[in-house]
Amino acid sequence: MSLEVSQLTKIYSSQKVLDGVSFSVTPGRILGFLGPNGAGKSTTMKIICGYLAPDGGAVSILGKNALTAPKQVSPLIGYLPEHNPLYVDMYVREFLEFSGGIYGLSGNKLRQRVLEMLQKTGLEPEQHKKISQLSKGYRQRVGLARALIHDPKVIILDEPTTGLDPNQLVEIRALIKEVATHKTLILSTHIMQEVEAICDDVVIINKGKILVADSLENLKSSASEIQLILETEEELDLQWFTQFDSTKFGTKGKSEVIISAPNAGEARKEIMQLIQQRKLNLISLNQSKKNLEQIFREITR
Amino acid sequence: MKSLFWKEINAFFGSLLGYLVLALFLVALGLIVWVFPESSVLSYGFADLEVLFSYTPYVFTFLIPALSMRILAEERKTGTWELLRTSPLSILQIVLAKYLALLTLVFVAILPTLIYYFSIVQLGDPIGNLDQAGFFGSWIGLIMIGAVFAAVGIFSSALTSQQVLAFVLGVFLCFVLYFGFSAAADLQAGNFAYWLEEFSLSYHYISLSRGVIDSRDIFFLVGMIWLFLGGTIIVLRSK
Repeated sequence: MSLEVSQLTKIYSSQKVLDGVSFSVTPGRILGFLGPNGAGKSTTMKIICGYLAPDGGAVSILGKNALTAPKQVSPLIGYLPEHNPLYVDMYVREFLEFSGGIYGLSGNKLRQRVLEMLQKTGLEPEQHKKISQLSKGYRQRVGLARALIHDPKVIILDEPTTGLDPNQLVEIRALIKEVATHKTLILSTHIMQEVEAICDDVVIINKGKILVADSLENLKSSASEIQLILETEEELDLQWFTQFDSTKFGTKGKSEVIISAPNAGEARKEIMQLIQQRKLNLISLNQSKKNLEQIFREITR
Repeated sequence: MKSLFWKEINAFFGSLLGYLVLALFLVALGLIVWVFPESSVLSYGFADLEVLFSYTPYVFTFLIPALSMRILAEERKTGTWELLRTSPLSILQIVLAKYLALLTLVFVAILPTLIYYFSIVQLGDPIGNLDQAGFFGSWIGLIMIGAVFAAVGIFSSALTSQQVLAFVLGVFLCFVLYFGFSAAADLQAGNFAYWLEEFSLSYHYISLSRGVIDSRDIFFLVGMIWLFLGGTIIVLRSK
């Protein structure tokens, strides 16, 4: 385990913001830290990075205790805070050199790292611009470059893609995926598609409690229930469907029925038979898969 | 720590505001010492820079909080404080780097007043007729006062994320420390007045300007610096 969080508790003026939060991340995997706004995502990340002190619990990074030895742990972490704070009066290159210097890099090594980061994040053409002149997408790249300048083992990104346009979104996601190779990466978000696009593991948190901690595949397959929506010109009688193997069914309108079935192929056959038997006039038969978005909404409601 | 120090220096000299503050400081001092007839050395008739040393603390009361107001307040306001806090630098290192940068700026601001010294040395009759010990005692005292004010400025910048508030607070604290205790001592009589006077910066400053570097004065001033830097660290830890 390169990062292990156990029983984290944080109380803000008698309100429990975090309540026994525990999870762990294996190296080389991207963990999506998911939850609605105010669920405790940022608080957890701030505690891991040593910015906040928890009221209880432990954080261990590569076997080191992050709460008692912050000086040893902080060089291991690359952290991009929410809202991406930057010194906007500095030039891109100057800022990266400064950030590298803070992490103890100097001379040739610093110059080389800065150049590497500029290339990796596609900031080379912008390196002599002031950060205040950059667009949001480019600022995000500067923030990412800063978080990675000291070659950390664990990367923590707090909502790295909020406020980006669709093109920037794709670019930043690709960048995140690229930098995550051989590293441990946690990224918080409240956008489900993001998790589907880049994450390997998912932790869902709501009101300070962990609700789900699983791999993305498991979560998806557990949610692979298929829904069929049947619409006919005639009115439908729910009695007709009781003979089906399907687990659930319900009406939407008088002539519409929703059938949830573990085996969609079987269910479709049965529906066609029913239509023939009753001589119904079919308007449509739609099939939809329950997606992660729906799961997320159900869990965190 | 070194890169943070240079970042602060660059932030100051990278903006027009920095030069403006320095220029304003030197113009104000220049006018007081050489031009305004009431205080001008030239119309005073003696080869003495007493006027420089009695007016500079007044200017410092405004200048140094103006230099220091953004130094921590801005970091907190823009969120860059989070970047510094999650870096390997400890709070002590952050505060020290910023304090040393501020001290350097104060020193750069005072440095041109050495020209006044050489001018007065030349103007003396005979040439060189100047209380050397008095001058350098005062000059060291002035740097010490600047150093204490810088610590006060950092402390007030740590208290709030509003730059203007940090400035007002800094001016107020400097004023109380330098003039307030003496003024309060004047209102009292006896032993208590003596003790109050001991807490006044101006008392120790005047003592240094006699040309005798008394270790008690230096201890007091350095103690004040540590007091306020320590206060800054405590404030930052608790946030």
